[in-house]
Amino acid sequence: MTSPPLLDIKNLTVEFATRRGAVQAVKSIDIQVAKGETVAIVGESGSGKSVTSYAVVRILDRAGRVAEGAISFSGIDLVTADEAQMRDLRGREISMIFQNPRAALNPIRKVGRQIEDVLLQHVQATRATAREKAIEALTKVKIARPEERYDAYPFELSGGMCQRVVIALALACQPQLLIADEPTTGLDVTTQKAVMDLIVELTRERGMSTILITHDLGLAAAYCDRVVVMEKGKVVETAAAADIFRNPQHPYTRKLMQATPRIGMSLADLLPDAPKGPPAEAKAPQVTPAGAEPLMRVENLVKAYPRPSAGSFLAKFTGKVEPEKAAFRAVDGISFTLARGETLGLVGESGCGKSTTSMMITRLIDPSGGRIVFDGADIGAIPAKSFAVSPMRRRIQMVFQDPTDSLNPRFTAERAIADPILRMGGISGRDALRARCEELARLVGLPVELIDRFPHQLSGGQKARVGIARAIALDPDLVILDEPTAALDVSVQAVVLNLLEELKGRLGMSYLFVSHDLNVVRLLCDRVIVMKTGAIVEEGTAEAVLGNPQAAYTRELLTAIPHPPM
Amino acid sequence: MNDMSQILKKEPEPAPGEALSAESLPAKSSPVLRFEAPPSTSLWAHARYIVTENPVTGLAFGLFALILLAALIGPSIVPYDPLASNTNAALQAPSRAHWFGTDQLGRDIFSRVIAATRLDFSIAVFSVALVFVLGGLAGVMAGFFGGWVDKLVGRIADTIMAFPLFVLAMGIVAALGNSVTNIVLATAIINFPLYARVARAEANVRREAGFVQAARLSGNSDWRLLLTQILPNIMPIMAVQMSLTMGYAILNAAGLSFIGLGVRPPTPEWGIMVAEGASFIVSGEWWIAFFPGLALMIAVFCFNLLGDGVRDLVDPQRRN
Repeated sequence: MTSPPLLDIKNLTVEFATRRGAVQAVKSIDIQVAKGETVAIVGESGSGKSVTSYAVVRILDRAGRVAEGAISFSGIDLVTADEAQMRDLRGREISMIFQNPRAALNPIRKVGRQIEDVLLQHVQATRATAREKAIEALTKVKIARPEERYDAYPFELSGGMCQRVVIALALACQPQLLIADEPTTGLDVTTQKAVMDLIVELTRERGMSTILITHDLGLAAAYCDRVVVMEKGKVVETAAAADIFRNPQHPYTRKLMQATPRIGMSLADLLPDAPKGPPAEAKAPQVTPAGAEPLMRVENLVKAYPRPSAGSFLAKFTGKVEPEKAAFRAVDGISFTLARGETLGLVGESGCGKSTTSMMITRLIDPSGGRIVFDGADIGAIPAKSFAVSPMRRRIQMVFQDPTDSLNPRFTAERAIADPILRMGGISGRDALRARCEELARLVGLPVELIDRFPHQLSGGQKARVGIARAIALDPDLVILDEPTAALDVSVQAVVLNLLEELKGRLGMSYLFVSHDLNVVRLLCDRVIVMKTGAIVEEGTAEAVLGNPQAAYTRELLTAIPHPPM
Repeated sequence: MNDMSQILKKEPEPAPGEALSAESLPAKSSPVLRFEAPPSTSLWAHARYIVTENPVTGLAFGLFALILLAALIGPSIVPYDPLASNTNAALQAPSRAHWFGTDQLGRDIFSRVIAATRLDFSIAVFSVALVFVLGGLAGVMAGFFGGWVDKLVGRIADTIMAFPLFVLAMGIVAALGNSVTNIVLATAIINFPLYARVARAEANVRREAGFVQAARLSGNSDWRLLLTQILPNIMPIMAVQMSLTMGYAILNAAGLSFIGLGVRPPTPEWGIMVAEGASFIVSGEWWIAFFPGLALMIAVFCFNLLGDGVRDLVDPQRRN
């Protein structure tokens, strides 16, 4: 060690005052970041990784405080520094990128002006040179036509573009340390690659140090020099990125790695070696042979939204007829089939129409054209409004993306699971209903004692199980899985994916699995459909599409997945 | 349908738990809690915490209990008949016999102030209950269904808002006749936009929530979604709204009586008592108007503070 580290966190403990006394979110951790080094802090939710970074820049909320330890940044003690000093450091020496770029930008101020604000605040520019420097900053983050974009408001830019502006803001004053807190969560995989490449390139160029906070071990290993793994407020392992994948030391790191879906794994590989509970029954593949009538046939499905035209209001008065603008086609004539017992993956980036497609199939919205033939009946012709009373309703169910959002906060788990049964199940009597709910809870691995709880008293994985129990309560034939694990930690995701696979075999369901995560799709799906701008670009078996992609877009998606050094 | 209603009735208030402590706290009691789930506290324990944590909230709840007590048993415990006049003892200053003094007819002001609580409180409670049902339901429907329902409710609210509200209340009472029922009605009508708008906004953001979509998949009709999914979830914010408008409703009722609409003398009512006492202030008999005014002020003050307390009670953010 020739020079002292740029950032030296020693024995740091952060406490939060709660009604039940102080809770330690971070427990005596040591992290060093050398000059020019890129360090990743990896951990699942509740591991204290974000709290650590908040402690560094001293933006802990009122209840939190540094209970013990020292944070030294190039010789300055950040724990005892006064607020004026901290204000000076934030933005100029240490800057931060947050998870949601749109929330980090002022929605009613032009992005160029926001960059100027930072420059002026830290005396990096004068009024005369601010504009020029702001445009220069936008150019550096590879925003095309920076002069025009200077005048753009955040809502006019895409998520990836906004994150670039945030990066421009963070780097405007040439800080020595950049803290990126989940900078690409919520961005598409291709955008993620572009943003991460940009961060790494810019920080290398300037010899900056970076702390990347992420839950994605693959991303961390692909872009960082060193990886710090945190669990429940403690650092459990620190190693070079290449080593941590080849030779993880701590059992938690191993568990985390194992739960991360990768090429050449099977679903069962995701789980820790010693499985709890009885092993899943071996299941024979139940996909019906080719030639049999598929469970669902989607023909030339279209969803079009009219484009609002600016002059239409005026036109009503003047009586002028405007040329009709072409409607925006969110789903543009797609056709596919889904066999009985099959899991079909529907893959694509945000805005490709995959969610619109799944909403039409679940009959929550009406298609503009085409047919959805489910078990011989054209359910697309039944209006969404009256589908609730259709006998088909119970045969098509859905598991939602966000387990928290999809449970009524005022219903107990039992009431949530019972809801479809009460409406359509035909089970009468409280005891019979209770028995059925308990049976379903056992089926999805939810401890029966927990079904009297409210959603906020359950963990994310337990809420996901309640959502699944509700979806399978009526023994549906088709379950649409809308990114069912996107909001879950990897270790929980591993368990839930295995549960879904097991249930499918046991109950003879078919799945339509909507996802942007190709690694998960590879594990769960028999066939895959790749969508882009409302149309299908590629279709085939999972191995064929993901192993040997034909369409350029599929290849682009696949290469954008971070590849950790193996 | 039958077991449905049973279940709905059974549904308790969700016990507040702690969001933050999920992983970081040792599970306290039963072995089931080993599963990373947060421990739960009862609503009562949470209420006790809120009251003790903030003394002002404690004060508000205390005052509220006092007002409630006065409204319930006040008329039967007061030392004098609030209507009995005694010209021998007219216009007496506060003394041991008459704590708040007597008015121009020799009626005991303390007894009248306490006895008036029931009437003023009832007007406030009934008008708030009425507007909560009407405004809340209209707002929820507007937010949930959108379209013409939304436009209709919005325009009605706009129309009401276009008037100076007190003048509108005066007009309603004057047109419909001087009665307590009409004061309740007028107070409810002028508060309608407030409730409709809050309910509309809250219902609108929840319309596309995952749990509503999930309930739709479970075969719930729109009306059932509205009643079982949306309405229970906007109750907390409506409860806060109710507490805040209670004070306003009392003030409005007293205001109407003050200008001679609504409640008629000799019924004890704070607004009338202030009006009657107002002419005696110049001649030095300040207590006639002062004590009912003070009661009015304390009641309004209490309900406004109570709003903060109720918000703390129902806001999950405050449960950490």
